[in-house]
Amino acid sequence: MAIHHGRGFASINYPIGMNLGGDPSQALVHSTPDGKFKVTLSSIDLGQGIKSVGRQLAAETLGVPVEDVFVDTADSDTGPHDMGSFASRGTHRMGNAIIRAATEARAQLLEAAAEELEVDASDLVTDGRGNIHVKGAPSRSITVEATATAAQFNQGRTLAGRGMFLVPLSEVDRDTGEMTPVSSFAHAALIIDLTVDDETGEVEVQHINSAYEVGRALNPRLVEQQLIGGAWMGVSHALYETTEPYYPDRSHGPIDFNHYLQPGPGDAVPHHISVLERPAPDAPFGGKGPGEMCANPVLPAIANAVFNAVGVECDSLPITPEKVLRGIRANGGARPQGRPGA
Amino acid sequence: MNAEYRKDLFADERSDDFNVIGKPVIRQDILGHVTGRSKFYDDHAFDGLLHMRCVRSPHHHARIRSVDSSAAERQDGVVRVLGGRDVPVNTNTLLSLINFGRDDEPLLATDKVGYVGQPILAIVATSVRAAQEAVDAVKVDYEELPHVLDVEEALKPEAPIVNEEYPNNAFDYFDTYDHQKLRFGDVETAFSKADHIVEGEYQMSPIEQAPIETCGAIAAPETSDRITVHTSTQALFFSVGVTAKQLDISSARLHFIGGTVGGGFGGKVDSHHEPLAALACLAAGKPVKYMWDRAEEMQVGGPRGGERWRIKDGVMRDGRIIARAFTGFFDAGAYTRLSSYAVQKSTGHLPGPYSIPNVASNVYCVFTNRTPSTAMRGFGITAVDFAIERHMDKVARAVGMDPIELRILNAYRDGDMKAHRREAKNCALIESCQAVAQKSGWSLSAEAARASSKSGGGEGALGVIPETVTDDEGRVGERRRSGLAPEPFSGHGTRGLLPEGHSSNNSSAFGNAPQREDMEAEIERLGFKGASGVPPAPQGPVDETASSARPTMPTETAHATHPAGARGGPSLPAAYVQRPAGTINQPISQPPAQAPGTPVAQQPPAAEAESESAATHFQRGVRRPGVSRFISGSRRR
Repeated sequence: MAIHHGRGFASINYPIGMNLGGDPSQALVHSTPDGKFKVTLSSIDLGQGIKSVGRQLAAETLGVPVEDVFVDTADSDTGPHDMGSFASRGTHRMGNAIIRAATEARAQLLEAAAEELEVDASDLVTDGRGNIHVKGAPSRSITVEATATAAQFNQGRTLAGRGMFLVPLSEVDRDTGEMTPVSSFAHAALIIDLTVDDETGEVEVQHINSAYEVGRALNPRLVEQQLIGGAWMGVSHALYETTEPYYPDRSHGPIDFNHYLQPGPGDAVPHHISVLERPAPDAPFGGKGPGEMCANPVLPAIANAVFNAVGVECDSLPITPEKVLRGIRANGGARPQGRPGA
Repeated sequence: MNAEYRKDLFADERSDDFNVIGKPVIRQDILGHVTGRSKFYDDHAFDGLLHMRCVRSPHHHARIRSVDSSAAERQDGVVRVLGGRDVPVNTNTLLSLINFGRDDEPLLATDKVGYVGQPILAIVATSVRAAQEAVDAVKVDYEELPHVLDVEEALKPEAPIVNEEYPNNAFDYFDTYDHQKLRFGDVETAFSKADHIVEGEYQMSPIEQAPIETCGAIAAPETSDRITVHTSTQALFFSVGVTAKQLDISSARLHFIGGTVGGGFGGKVDSHHEPLAALACLAAGKPVKYMWDRAEEMQVGGPRGGERWRIKDGVMRDGRIIARAFTGFFDAGAYTRLSSYAVQKSTGHLPGPYSIPNVASNVYCVFTNRTPSTAMRGFGITAVDFAIERHMDKVARAVGMDPIELRILNAYRDGDMKAHRREAKNCALIESCQAVAQKSGWSLSAEAARASSKSGGGEGALGVIPETVTDDEGRVGERRRSGLAPEPFSGHGTRGLLPEGHSSNNSSAFGNAPQREDMEAEIERLGFKGASGVPPAPQGPVDETASSARPTMPTETAHATHPAGARGGPSLPAAYVQRPAGTINQPISQPPAQAPGTPVAQQPPAAEAESESAATHFQRGVRRPGVSRFISGSRRR
């Protein structure tokens, strides 16, 4: 009886956005009289961070400090239509809508500033710290706040923008399956190191090394949180979770977290992440949605590592100790495959 | 836990000079979350709040002979007992919002139940306990029916009918087939030429989304004859649309508030709570909460479906995969929800991030007598990736190759033709493989370490839409009558042949152009450089000597029916190259969509497909009764 080490690999890509399009998102941006910008959406923030990423996209596009932007979301009386937070579409679809709304608002902002400075709007730039100045002449400047006040009380001008992003609906061909699924794909490759106890069948994931290509990490901390959480979910899917343990039999379905197993905080696996960024041309600043895809490579990589450790094919999830043990017994004992890539 | 940013990779396609983008800005809502002060739907308190519990089926499949709720109605605290006949539009399908599929699921079951836990009555009472005690006092007389739980059993002729709207136990695609097809090249001939055949079957388990906050909604009367709904929905206007449809009221009377949600993972798209809570609120004239407990969340809430996938690969000795066939079964449970759509999403994902010149798949959306499955993180993709990546390791073993090198050899690259007939671009699988191997001490051959997503793509057979064998197997009802094998090309039906380059449409995956010029951001402010992901311009004949780390796919093996000489020409017809519709977000200038002198005639007539879809019920711009006011696009099934 022994503990066997195993190493497994998997690589994937992931479509970003609702598969066949036809899923619009709208955003509205407007300024208060003192130059603070409100972004009004109906996106849902379920922890993935659309409020925060939307705020950054708006601030960058407007050219104002992020502290001066606030995202108000999901009130159907005020937020314009959005399809929803699913299919990795939030950052891609809503992000583009926000950029467009903020671009229109920025144009108004620069026009108002141009009137105050008596220059041409096309000669103006923002410094991202709350000032607008003439290109190459930082001393000829006005604050965003003063501009907004002038626009509101002197010029009678709104500093507002509307944004809409819609990928047109695509048809699927019934005979060939031809379709235009999505325009941008995220990528991942991952190596799992684990051990298998050939006496108990228990699998313990020791380490995850991953590389995720996300287009652009719009907020690196949010990306890391997604990737760490997603890998945790991947481990959980691979080894523990199911609502129907004897699928397709319906019996013994868990009804609480005593019977629905998931790894606890102490089971979180050490994880080294590499983030790659190849910007997608139609994505906001090139960023792809990293949230959905990040669990996917973990499942097969764990199954491949279990095979590498003891020679048992685990093609049915979850990979319970019972399945591993039955596999080892059917093979007449553990059959370690040797370290790959050595 | 630590992370490194490989800024060295793809640096020529990116500028990183920003004020806010790429910075670890603190979450806008995090202080409220970590101090426990963020308001979730259940944090909205109302005087006299009523609570709802449902009478649920104890059977997998049964006819409802009668329901006696008289004892329940007399119990203390019970305010209302609602049944399916109290719901103005009781039957719905979630994707009627995009005109996909037929209404097949009752909000509250009336004549029969199709799964354990299906709601029959909704009881509104002054407390959760009073509601539950009333639920326990309801007597339902059931006539149990035979049930089916396995997807492949459900497709057999003798299987009981799960869902009367789809009497073949499979979703109808295009009113024509009982599955979604993918056909690219000629898998059968390629299998006969392959050195190895590798087969496998893979099973995904049903999985609970397990949000910390269970699904629910509170509906409260607002002044001015409106209803305010606080909801955990992941899709605010989806839920508004479903509620307006099922209650048959104007959306002007609905005010939905959400947006701060305690985890979703896909399980909060189904929009069942909002219509029931709003209906009860209308009936009782008081605020009503409908919230699942954990048991309901786990067994009544739609889980990730149990998908089954079979893969058959034809592989050459050197590791090149020349043919791949899939047979996939999505276990939808008793009603469609979103599974029909996930089938198409998975089909668009095949054969994974690899360039394989011959691909075929049959994917089924199957009805069984279990809780309807729904979206979950990676919907339509997670199980396919499990299958494909398990299978890739088996292929590596069959040819005695390093598993990562096998993937790099077969990886898709910019310019390759994907099986759904669109050109690959913005690829980064190879670089991801190299990055993880390098830091993990997994040594790769010099050739694999040198490979690049940006070179060698679109060459030879991998750059064109091949001549394709088609078939008409699996017409709606055929399997039910005679029992057919589910695999592609299982031997019956009529074969057809589509010429090289065939494309039935050229719709764009790119977004609409901004409606006004001043909504169009300046490209240089968006951080794009170089040619990231832009489809290559039509070019001259491929220079074979330029192909560095990628062996050319031999044409005679890849497409046995296809003359070698026909392929080398000036890449593919421009009509098939996907180009952005708008002008925003294009980092570099584009060649004209139609290159001068490119023969348009290569696009075959689409008359057959047109006439068939025109005959379907749902056409563009045509309203039908019960269709939501929130249709965001119309589509043909």
